[in-house]
Amino acid sequence: MIWHIAALELRRLFMSPLAWCVLAVEQIILAYFFLISIDNYLQWQPRLAAVAGAPGVTDLVVGPLFGDAALFLLFAVPMMTMRVISEERRAQTLSLLFSAPVSMTDIVLGKFLGVTAFFLILVAMIALMPLSLLTGVQLDLGMFWSALLGVSLLVASFVALGVFMSTLTVQPAIAAISTFGALLLLWIIDWAGGERAGDYSGLFAYLSLLRHYEPLLKGVFNTSDLVYYLLFIATFLILSIRRLDADRLQH
Amino acid sequence: MSASALIKVEHVYRYYGATCALHDVSFSVGKGEVLGLLGPNGAGKSTTLQILSGNLAPSAGQVWINGIDLLDQPKAAKLGLGYLPDQPPLYRELTVDEYLGYCARLHRIAATQRRAAIDTAKQRCGLTAVGHRLIGNLSKGYQQRVGIAQAIVHAPAVVVLDEPTVGLDPLQMREIRALIRELRGEHSIILSTHILPEVQAVCDRVQIISAGKLVLNDSIDGLQRRMRVSSVILGLRHPPPLWDLQALPGVESVETVESGRFRLHYLPEQNPAEAVAEHAVRNQWGLYELSPERMSFEQVFVDITRSDPIEQSLSAEVAS
Repeated sequence: MIWHIAALELRRLFMSPLAWCVLAVEQIILAYFFLISIDNYLQWQPRLAAVAGAPGVTDLVVGPLFGDAALFLLFAVPMMTMRVISEERRAQTLSLLFSAPVSMTDIVLGKFLGVTAFFLILVAMIALMPLSLLTGVQLDLGMFWSALLGVSLLVASFVALGVFMSTLTVQPAIAAISTFGALLLLWIIDWAGGERAGDYSGLFAYLSLLRHYEPLLKGVFNTSDLVYYLLFIATFLILSIRRLDADRLQH
Repeated sequence: MSASALIKVEHVYRYYGATCALHDVSFSVGKGEVLGLLGPNGAGKSTTLQILSGNLAPSAGQVWINGIDLLDQPKAAKLGLGYLPDQPPLYRELTVDEYLGYCARLHRIAATQRRAAIDTAKQRCGLTAVGHRLIGNLSKGYQQRVGIAQAIVHAPAVVVLDEPTVGLDPLQMREIRALIRELRGEHSIILSTHILPEVQAVCDRVQIISAGKLVLNDSIDGLQRRMRVSSVILGLRHPPPLWDLQALPGVESVETVESGRFRLHYLPEQNPAEAVAEHAVRNQWGLYELSPERMSFEQVFVDITRSDPIEQSLSAEVAS
């Protein structure tokens, strides 16, 4: 059941010009970033060659590329998740799912997986850029896979939060701006405290999406980062299910 | 309540905040029966249907669909349920075939039977010719049909239709009504409407709901009996003074419709038509019209939804 809902969600995304537009803009912007970082690398290469243990092409191109991709996703995900539930609620198509033999969990997971699948396609398209370097240079593939895992987990977390925001409202625009706001806040939340390590800065640092993303970009795989993302996703999906359930109980 | 009741609703209440939208609603619908739910706007028709379809949880009470408790086992109960909300839940960017395919998948129709199920639903709703078209490009009438096709594609035991003919032209209305009559055989159908002739045309039984309460539950025949004759129209070329008419046996009161035409009210079982004709001929009043007046369905409806005394007399009738 979940797969049918997810498949339709993905299909409907590709029926709207928005999805194609997001993919096109992403390719243009990230290709630009990619070329800049290659250019930078070429400038530094002679000097780096002289230093033992200097960062290689993977550190200087793949890491920054996925780092920039995260910024792009910060803007793109709210655009795609905003309509997931709220527009169905507005067009009153949600009753089709509510009167069908599917549970709220099926609905939320289906929607989540559908949109996540779209972004995994997008991530795969980004990944093709560094992979194209394989024709000429040797990449640190371990680091590449770690960064790819990181960006996939990150985007799934973004989508989970976006789906939850979409369950809260009938106005897609409100869902979009709230998702963007929440993601941005979680992105920069570790700025609090800054250099002077206060009592709470540890908590803020743990909450930060960025803090768990950076190690993966550097090829450092830590289970606690993985757990953080899985908890993040599960939390917002459960909240979404609860929120949809409340629709039937509305007062 | 018979064992074959496919829909059973018991003591359902629904509150929106402090407002009570449904008050102690109980009824059942048997197999092959078409139940019409009538009521003025805001009476609670849609709320009732939303509860039946699992879109809304009742504040109290129980609902069984096909013998399965809708609140305890929603998935199992909804397998036997087709629902058309007042606004058909259509994805405008899909074609009719894609959309019905999705609905069939949602209702767990096996892949091998899906094609046949969709074709049957399309053929029943007259959609065969538009299968490849985008739903968003279809006219309102066709969209409504797609909505109905969606509700019957999995051949559910219970079909719930919320105002299925709203916004359609008279011809389309007739087609949809014919379709509902055709569906009656194997499904139980419950439909809400505010179009009175529609109920007379397609329903076996009528329920009138007013201010959240069921005020009438009767068969169409019973309802027709309720439209009892209680007055005759009398046309005379040489009318006598009013008091002469008033004095006729059985006549309770007389009112003048226009010059020479009168409405004679009488008590039940005391039809004065015979006596009136006799007097008219004997006194040469120039009788040219003598016709019984039937209370229209609309009047019955207005009477029932407006006044409480009728409700009381109804419950007295039920008790006796």
